[in-house]
Amino acid sequence: MLEDPARQQTQRRRTQQPFIDCDIHNYMASDEVMLRYLDPRWHHHHKTYGHRSHSVLAFHGAPYPRLAGVGKRKDAAPPSGLTAGADFDFFRSHHLDAHPIEYGILNCLSRAGDQLYDEYDAALARAVNDWQLEVWLKPEDRLRGSIVIPYENGDLSAEEIDRVGSEPRNVQILLKPRTREPLGRRRYWPIYEAAVRNKLPVAVHFGGYSLNPISSSGWPSFYIEDHTNMAQVFQSHLISWICEGVFERFPELRIVIVEGGFAWLPSLMWRMDKHIKRLADEVPHVTRRPSDLVREHIRFTSQPMEEPPNAKFLEQIIEHFESDEILMFATDYPHWDYDNPELALARLPPQMKRKIFIENARKFYGLPARLD
Amino acid sequence: MTDLQFGGRFATAIDCDVHCAVPNVKALYPYLSEYWLDFMADGGHPSLEANYYPARSPLAARPEARIAGKPAGSDRELLAKHTLDATGASRAILNCLYATQVLYNNYWAAAMTTALNDWIAAEWLGKENRFSASIVVTLEDPAEAVKEIERRAADPRFVQVLIPARSKMPLGRNHYWPIYEAAARHKLPVCLHAGGGVGNPPMPVGWPSFYVEEYLAVAQGFQAQLVSLLTEGVFTKFPDLKVVFAESGFTWLPALMWRLDKNWKGLRREIPWIDRLPSQIIRDHLLLTIQPLDEPSELRRLAETIEQLESDQLLLFSSDYPHWQYDEEGPLPLQLPPEVEENVLRANARRIYRFHA
Repeated sequence: MLEDPARQQTQRRRTQQPFIDCDIHNYMASDEVMLRYLDPRWHHHHKTYGHRSHSVLAFHGAPYPRLAGVGKRKDAAPPSGLTAGADFDFFRSHHLDAHPIEYGILNCLSRAGDQLYDEYDAALARAVNDWQLEVWLKPEDRLRGSIVIPYENGDLSAEEIDRVGSEPRNVQILLKPRTREPLGRRRYWPIYEAAVRNKLPVAVHFGGYSLNPISSSGWPSFYIEDHTNMAQVFQSHLISWICEGVFERFPELRIVIVEGGFAWLPSLMWRMDKHIKRLADEVPHVTRRPSDLVREHIRFTSQPMEEPPNAKFLEQIIEHFESDEILMFATDYPHWDYDNPELALARLPPQMKRKIFIENARKFYGLPARLD
Repeated sequence: MTDLQFGGRFATAIDCDVHCAVPNVKALYPYLSEYWLDFMADGGHPSLEANYYPARSPLAARPEARIAGKPAGSDRELLAKHTLDATGASRAILNCLYATQVLYNNYWAAAMTTALNDWIAAEWLGKENRFSASIVVTLEDPAEAVKEIERRAADPRFVQVLIPARSKMPLGRNHYWPIYEAAARHKLPVCLHAGGGVGNPPMPVGWPSFYVEEYLAVAQGFQAQLVSLLTEGVFTKFPDLKVVFAESGFTWLPALMWRLDKNWKGLRREIPWIDRLPSQIIRDHLLLTIQPLDEPSELRRLAETIEQLESDQLLLFSSDYPHWQYDEEGPLPLQLPPEVEENVLRANARRIYRFHA
């Protein structure tokens, strides 16, 4: 017997573990929208010269075509004809209303951050942040925002963080990991100072364009390599934050790794613990065990979770963190590699699942409980 | 420091990653032509010692391996005493990291590399029967690499082809396939050893400040090379090829296999020649040496990671001598089930390597 879909949805919401979705994506519908929010000083520049970053192709940002529906779930394309993630009403009904979502954290993947011209980059960031607050955060109380910044320029980034950091709907600062230098280096410290000043965590989300090849042996051929290797990009930043002493320098700094995987973390913590002990005299400013610093300062969103063939292995990995507060659930709606909240982590013990789905993010972002 | 004692546990083991060192570049001169002798003299006899390990850093050499005035690993008898006599290992595979492989002048690189192999054959293999060695080849000139493989393949004391883990392009690209073709034809595994680097930053986010970061990042470099070898179809094209990762670490492998398997399910039409789960292909072709062994707070967790590999045929025993990777706990600090330990210490190496009598 076929069930009424609306009733199915209601039943599902009653039985499903409520969650905070720590990674969802909104998009500007068109360049016309950007121009409405872009300071008039930049209109001519934006229309005439526009994006210039380390990617060579003019009309397709990614050097590796995302052979997965242009990187998006086909069913997330709204009837309005806009690109997935750009239609606010459809986004709300297709995702926010379809699941017991306590809060959803928007990570807007714009071209801000990877421009070669710092002032233009900062103008793009301001436009995105203003648009996001007006069009997404104010009309929908479940949504929280991430502040987009021109992260290759520390001073301009700090200015933007100070400009919009006191807006309570903004809950974190957003960077992409394909940076010019490892994120522990001094050029990024003004970002961390501003983050601590504004009591906001720094989120680093999959993506961006860099002059550095994504492997230490040059550029790979395929998108599947680019996507898989992004985990090593995050691993490199972790090494850099620890070895540069960033957490000793900024004891209140908190970082969240978004869409970087997490099963590799125990391996990296063990490797850092071993070698930084042996070579401690090179980095005397690292005063604590690296794995302890990771557990204290860094969180990971779950999607795209590594899927071992044996569910036991996943529990082992989480146990190897030696902390049950590291993971925070995310779907990555509306992207192709979305993790379904009804299926993901289904076999974990209920208490652990509850921490990952809702409690860890409430605590990390200081969000009051609304659903139970 | 007194030598470590292992109570017979490693008797007859095969140490798959030991580093013999060239004492001085002039040691290679007997194997160079007049032209290259003149070149070296005019160039001021440049040392080709690699910068992979700052010589005075603790990692570069165990205290008992240091020799006054000469690089650690350059004394044959001392090396044999530490890697074979002290542990009871029956055989050591010499991976000479002298950086002839990464010179920008391919002609010079080829001449120095041939001389290096001649020197290894005469000064090490010719004088100690318990040594086997890797054929050093010039990575960025595959035609010269193939010539060198052909030159050594008939000598059973050479058991694999050695290339540095960092290359100009990812190693799966077909530029490098002649090396794999020649190696597979002679049933020689190809060993990627930590090192190399010919321009690309050591991290996918650029150049780090500290040596320790660069050393930690070696594991990320290996992961990307594995992804490249797999996705470009090297293992499909050369079904008999074995690849050994040396000094790569291995605890990162389960997470990478799971990530690759998941991505293959979503993106496989980009690489249609990969027609089964990447993790299955990896387990059929890849082996990794155990040192340096990452250090969890409890060894039980390491045992679980080894279980997550889902094969006891992937790991090869190694000391990584003279690099200072372990102390009293020894090169294999955890007890493995007997049949697993037998595979790691001996059987896996015998399965992939030809060893002379």
